Amino acid sequence: MAGAALLGRLSWRVATVTAIVDETPRVRTLELEVPGWPGHVAGQHVDVRLTGEDGYRAERAYSLASAPGEPPVITVERLENGEVSPYLTQDVRPGDAFEVRGPIGGYFVWRPGDGGPLFLAAGGSGVAPMRAILRHRRNSMSEVRARLLYSSRTLEDVIYRAELDGEAVVHTLTRAQPPGWTGYARRVDADLLREVAWPIEDEPLAFVCGPTSFVESVAAGLLELGYAPGRIKTERFGATGGG
Amino acid sequence: MEALDGNAIGGMLYHVFGVEMTMAQAECRGCGARGRLAESEVYLGGPGIVVRCRVCHCIVMVLVEVREMMCVDLGGLNELELPPRARD
Repeated sequence: MAGAALLGRLSWRVATVTAIVDETPRVRTLELEVPGWPGHVAGQHVDVRLTGEDGYRAERAYSLASAPGEPPVITVERLENGEVSPYLTQDVRPGDAFEVRGPIGGYFVWRPGDGGPLFLAAGGSGVAPMRAILRHRRNSMSEVRARLLYSSRTLEDVIYRAELDGEAVVHTLTRAQPPGWTGYARRVDADLLREVAWPIEDEPLAFVCGPTSFVESVAAGLLELGYAPGRIKTERFGATGGG
Repeated sequence: MEALDGNAIGGMLYHVFGVEMTMAQAECRGCGARGRLAESEVYLGGPGIVVRCRVCHCIVMVLVEVREMMCVDLGGLNELELPPRARD
């Protein structure tokens, strides 16, 4: 890891898709094999680059959804007007290859030594880096407490549903709820955070990832609760998730 | 257009500066605020990439690729501290 970080250049590498999981009708998880992959830290991302037959190139950043020590995994949500996500969610097959650059980022990352308790808040596919963090916490047998607040449009839009059943997750479904739903059914606001987030006396560490509007409102709500600005790490996907 | 974080251009910054830059400390020329590049506001989608100060929102950095050459304007910064290369 340290040796890899000493290399001065971050080069594009060929990533081959080894497995595909359909998470929801619009979201897929791709497991990648990247020769020379230096390993990553939970919360980091990769840039994906596609090159068309005419030489046109498009790049997008995707969070790594796997724990350190596991092969790189990305979870991609299809955006109808996207340049990259339609290929990654519809056309790509096991054995296909594209270019990746990474791992990237030293800010939105968690290592067991960083402590907690962890308050993770994810909107939509913003749950990808949270899976990496939760898996890393579990794999490293960390005793740091963790709680995930996960906002989805409907139950069908919940990504990693089976895996998250084994974690401390509070769901909110903002658009439609199944019959008998007893969880939250609204957008995250300060009142909801007050009920769900760790109290500030615990000196929690918060990670917030999702669409920009989601991240802004959660970060503002946590500040209102008294969370220290330096203990709220944010990652914004933009209005649409970026393509 | 909605803002992303400096983290979103971490790969490009690494490519340009040859080192992981999201944790680099930058000082805004407009208001003097100091913060990590990861925490700045980033706007993609224009002809170039615009990085703004999270506090006063003035432009601190512009990156434009012209014929495979990356042009970087740091005119909105008083200071940019490169992080050490070994970070892990």
